[in-house]
Amino acid sequence: MGRDAVVSPYAGRVLRLEQATYDAIVAHAKRDHPDEACGIVAGPAGSDRAERLVEMVNAAGSPTFYEFDSSDLLQLYKEMDANDEEPVVVYHSHTATEAYPSRTDIGLAMEPGAHYVLVSTREHGNNDGPVEFRSYRIIDGEVTEEEVDVVAHLPARSTT
Amino acid sequence: MAIEVRIPTILRTYTGGEKSVDAEGASLGALIDDLEANHPGIKERLIDDGDLRRFVNVYVNDEDVRFLGGLEATLSDGDQVVVLPAVAGG
Repeated sequence: MGRDAVVSPYAGRVLRLEQATYDAIVAHAKRDHPDEACGIVAGPAGSDRAERLVEMVNAAGSPTFYEFDSSDLLQLYKEMDANDEEPVVVYHSHTATEAYPSRTDIGLAMEPGAHYVLVSTREHGNNDGPVEFRSYRIIDGEVTEEEVDVVAHLPARSTT
Repeated sequence: MAIEVRIPTILRTYTGGEKSVDAEGASLGALIDDLEANHPGIKERLIDDGDLRRFVNVYVNDEDVRFLGGLEATLSDGDQVVVLPAVAGG
């Protein structure tokens, strides 16, 4: 490897998000601070395209825990099923700690195909200002951080 | 008596990749035993210490079984059962 090579700290996996989706997730996290905010970004099954943001209610209404409401969860999955979608991103915020999966997050991560996004609002709370925004794969208890690539628009869908 | 059971992605390793399987049982508990007979290992992912796991949601005809008696919930031919892991964390 050449001395000038740029070495990514990640294993090559990338979450690609539209700026508008990124901004909406950050806005949701700031709005719900000091409680944790949560939601998903759905996309066509197998496409890895984070296209449709769905903000969910945190039924736990807590600064240290989040859980999708049970009937909302069923409606969401039925809707995705009908659209042939899957949860490409599952996001939630941490409001007092870093944007890294907690032990509970890891134990309860049940979507091996999803990008788990963590946003930390600990620094600026409800106010303007930068947030930590990081993404992970969580598979069988193993956490792998990945790059977040924010783009103006997702590339056009392949028509083949 | 056939009841359709929708299986979440994470448990499809037990159903050979099938999104939905048929099972039988007059109660949810009996249905899960029947699932286990055909898809060994799946019961342990649904039940812990004789009760439904806290972070596994099961619905019968769109109703959360926690409001229908849990494992005692009665089932009839043609019912649809959906299993969904909670989306939750800390």
